[in-house]
Amino acid sequence: MLNETGEGIAPKIKRQSQFVVVTRRLSKNPLAVAGFIVAVFLAIIAIFAPLIAPYPYDKQDLVHSREAPSREHLFGTDELGRDVFSRIIWGSRFSLSIGVLAVLVGTSIGMLIGALAGYFGNVVDDTLMRLIDILQSIPGILLAIAISVVLGPGFFNSVLALSVGCIPMACRLTRAAVLKVRNEEYIEAAISINASTPRIIFRHVLPNSFAPVLVSATMMIGGIIMAAAMLSFIGLGVQPPIPEWGSMIAGGRSLIRSSPWMVTFPGIFIMLSVLAFNMFGDGLRDALDPKLKE
Amino acid sequence: MGRYIVSRLLQMIPVVVGVTILVFTIMYFIPGDPVRLMLGAEATPAEIAAAREELGFNDPYLVRLGDFLGGIFLHFDFGDSWVYNTPVTTELLNRLPRTLAIALICIGMQIFIGIPLGVLAAVKQNSWVDRSAMFSALFGISMPNFWIGLMLVLFFSVRLGWLPPFGIGGPKYYILPCLALGLVGIATQARQTRSSMLEVIRSDYITTARAKGMSESRVIFRHALPNALLPVITVIGNGMGMLLAGSVVIESVFAIPGVGMYLVGGINSRDYAIVQSSVIFLAISFALIMLLVDLMYAFIDPRIKARFAGKKRRKKYA
Amino acid sequence: MSDASGAFLSVRDLVVEYTAEGRVIHAVNGVSFDLERGKTFGLVGETGSGKSTIPKAIMRILPDPPAKIRGGEVYLDGVNLLKLGNKEMRKIRGRRISMIFQDPMTALNPIMRIGEQVAEVIKLHNDISWRGAKEQALKMLETVGIRGDRFNEYPHQFSGGMGQRVVIAMALACSPELLIADEPTSALDVTIQAQVLEMIARLKKGYNTSMIIISHNLGVVAEQCDDLAVIYAGEIVELGSKEAIFDRPTHPYALGLLAAVPTLDDAKERLNRIPGLPPDPTNLPVGCHFGPRCPFANEKCSPEKIALIEFEPGHFCRCTRDFNLEARWPL
Repeated sequence: MLNETGEGIAPKIKRQSQFVVVTRRLSKNPLAVAGFIVAVFLAIIAIFAPLIAPYPYDKQDLVHSREAPSREHLFGTDELGRDVFSRIIWGSRFSLSIGVLAVLVGTSIGMLIGALAGYFGNVVDDTLMRLIDILQSIPGILLAIAISVVLGPGFFNSVLALSVGCIPMACRLTRAAVLKVRNEEYIEAAISINASTPRIIFRHVLPNSFAPVLVSATMMIGGIIMAAAMLSFIGLGVQPPIPEWGSMIAGGRSLIRSSPWMVTFPGIFIMLSVLAFNMFGDGLRDALDPKLKE
Repeated sequence: MGRYIVSRLLQMIPVVVGVTILVFTIMYFIPGDPVRLMLGAEATPAEIAAAREELGFNDPYLVRLGDFLGGIFLHFDFGDSWVYNTPVTTELLNRLPRTLAIALICIGMQIFIGIPLGVLAAVKQNSWVDRSAMFSALFGISMPNFWIGLMLVLFFSVRLGWLPPFGIGGPKYYILPCLALGLVGIATQARQTRSSMLEVIRSDYITTARAKGMSESRVIFRHALPNALLPVITVIGNGMGMLLAGSVVIESVFAIPGVGMYLVGGINSRDYAIVQSSVIFLAISFALIMLLVDLMYAFIDPRIKARFAGKKRRKKYA
Repeated sequence: MSDASGAFLSVRDLVVEYTAEGRVIHAVNGVSFDLERGKTFGLVGETGSGKSTIPKAIMRILPDPPAKIRGGEVYLDGVNLLKLGNKEMRKIRGRRISMIFQDPMTALNPIMRIGEQVAEVIKLHNDISWRGAKEQALKMLETVGIRGDRFNEYPHQFSGGMGQRVVIAMALACSPELLIADEPTSALDVTIQAQVLEMIARLKKGYNTSMIIISHNLGVVAEQCDDLAVIYAGEIVELGSKEAIFDRPTHPYALGLLAAVPTLDDAKERLNRIPGLPPDPTNLPVGCHFGPRCPFANEKCSPEKIALIEFEPGHFCRCTRDFNLEARWPL
């Protein structure tokens, strides 16, 4: 198909129906649907935290400290008398948004680098890919630890530290898509005298790379939420009084004998969040699997 | 074959050096004054200034980087701890066996529990065995390992009193940490093995094998499984990386004096020489393991072996 | 068609369905034919006609799920294969019936030496040692023209034609009584095709093996077969000896196929094609499946299933037209 200026463009109709097909397949997968619902549920909790939580997350009440779950305190209280339930509700804001933001930032940077490497090729490609290789050789958590140590604890610092680990995957996927389109363009150029402009390439690249990057990003969110919890657990990341779920577990560790609820409930919520994103990510990957197109 | 080993080794060196440079550079920008930390709170400004000059903290970046790299790669010396003034390298080497022991046990669990589980799930696709195994695996990869560790301690130490909650000693002390750390690995392995098997079972050569009249179990174990395990080897290598990283938290939970706990201790005491060196040490270990995995791959997959068959290349087409 | 005759292989009313994503695909809808010892039978049809499903059903190596044999019988020397237990069936596969697949590069196990793959089938069906099996395998490979020193090589080290020879060696290693060749040359270069076909024919004569060849290539079928069947949408639409079908093609689909073959003395500019597409196997038309595309169709073709009629001795056709009238495909 050609547009008005005579450039070849991919027909747009194909892309729309792909979205519909994928959505339909997703809806038939019970785990994916469940994951989606739980994720939305958690998002709602995070957004409406001030309305849902019965107490402010930093309200101390030393008289009622370390109390077991009761009607006033659904999940009990911690060592400073703060309501664990409220802290978990508020904590969802931090834990979830760290995950989503870090993946967003990392994936975007990765896509940019991948596109540049694929488009310019040669020396630029080689150097960039070498750097990405080096980046990928360090297990993500260790990298996040190193960066966190430099930046110090805090919300945005953690987002930054965790986002670096998401860069390599997005970079490689995007680069592969760019290379694929570039090869096709060269073949076309050999036949007709179409100058391949960056515009064409990026117009084709986005549809090509969107699907795999989306799947990989979704699957990373769960892992990043867990990594964020780990960072907070060892003292980096987000620290009290901010109720990040990982740091809540760290705080409750020494009291595990007497007040196990301080450790149990935050962990359950971490698990639920990660599970939701994993189930949805699995479903997304299956729905986009070309082999299922019989 | 030797050529392949050499070429992979050569490929690895710039990566390892690169990793070291990267971590060093990142940690170069740490706020705070290490010299003050080293000398203690009572040191006078004059003493601090003198020490800083002597220890080379005033040197430019490249000089310090060069010293550091030279120290590691030529002398295998990671420098001294800022707080304790003892060599980091000795500590790391002393602690490595413990971390490795746990990691190896976990890898063993991954291989001997995760793989069979995955094979079973694939062979009985969509049965209740498959569905329950995969559902459990989903849970397995979603639970934070330090939380599992604490829950296990809660249940087995506090409530039941069967197992010790922390420390090291006999094999009893390894059970809970390995369970906590290894669960994720088993789950990942099962999932990956299952999908690899499912792909292989769809292949033409499996139909050929059946057409030859062999029993289904021979088809699975002699033809499907070996082919399915090829990509799994890489997963095991990656899993090692996750284990090394996870050991940081688990050792902290169970108070096991390994490399991970050393790292966490360094973070808490702001002894960034320890942090820097531990991270680099773990990263290099990971790189070495991945190299081993690659080499294993070459040994096992005849397609790769053939590519590096040596100088006398037999003609490919008859 | 007579009942289970004294023929070596007798297929009766075979029905196979695939179930995928809740929909049923009617792959094979009542196929029947006979094969005598030493003869070669051809199955001709396009992709999706069910021609590959039939031999796999005979050998019972269809993937289950999603495929299921819903009805019919397959008699090998009087014994219904579809009713045999798994253990008996395994003794037959590879030994009495064996199969040659289309793409040798995917049909061979990539991480197993080819010599071992041939020896494996020998060891499975004979009570000999592994070493004995390897010796026989070696001999078999040499029979198909592969040097003995290549015994320990891997499939990727072979070209397409040589790889297909390995597959042939594997198939004939136990001197089967029936050889099924599923598109044996479709993945090969034209020049190699002739070699492979000639080798198959030679070996087959040497062992007096019966053969079923499946192909979409009329040339291949014309060379090798004694009798053949034309398959469309899971049904046999014409059945007879090679001469009968090539000299007096009767079914409109067969006419269309033959008309589509370009000849050198044809001063045409476009290839003759059969208009339209094969029917949706989940939703087959009632009555004649070819009706929608047939230039001779009329009201008699749609209401009911049409039977296979023997209008000449040994020559069958599934059509409503008057077979006495000579027909030509409208060009």
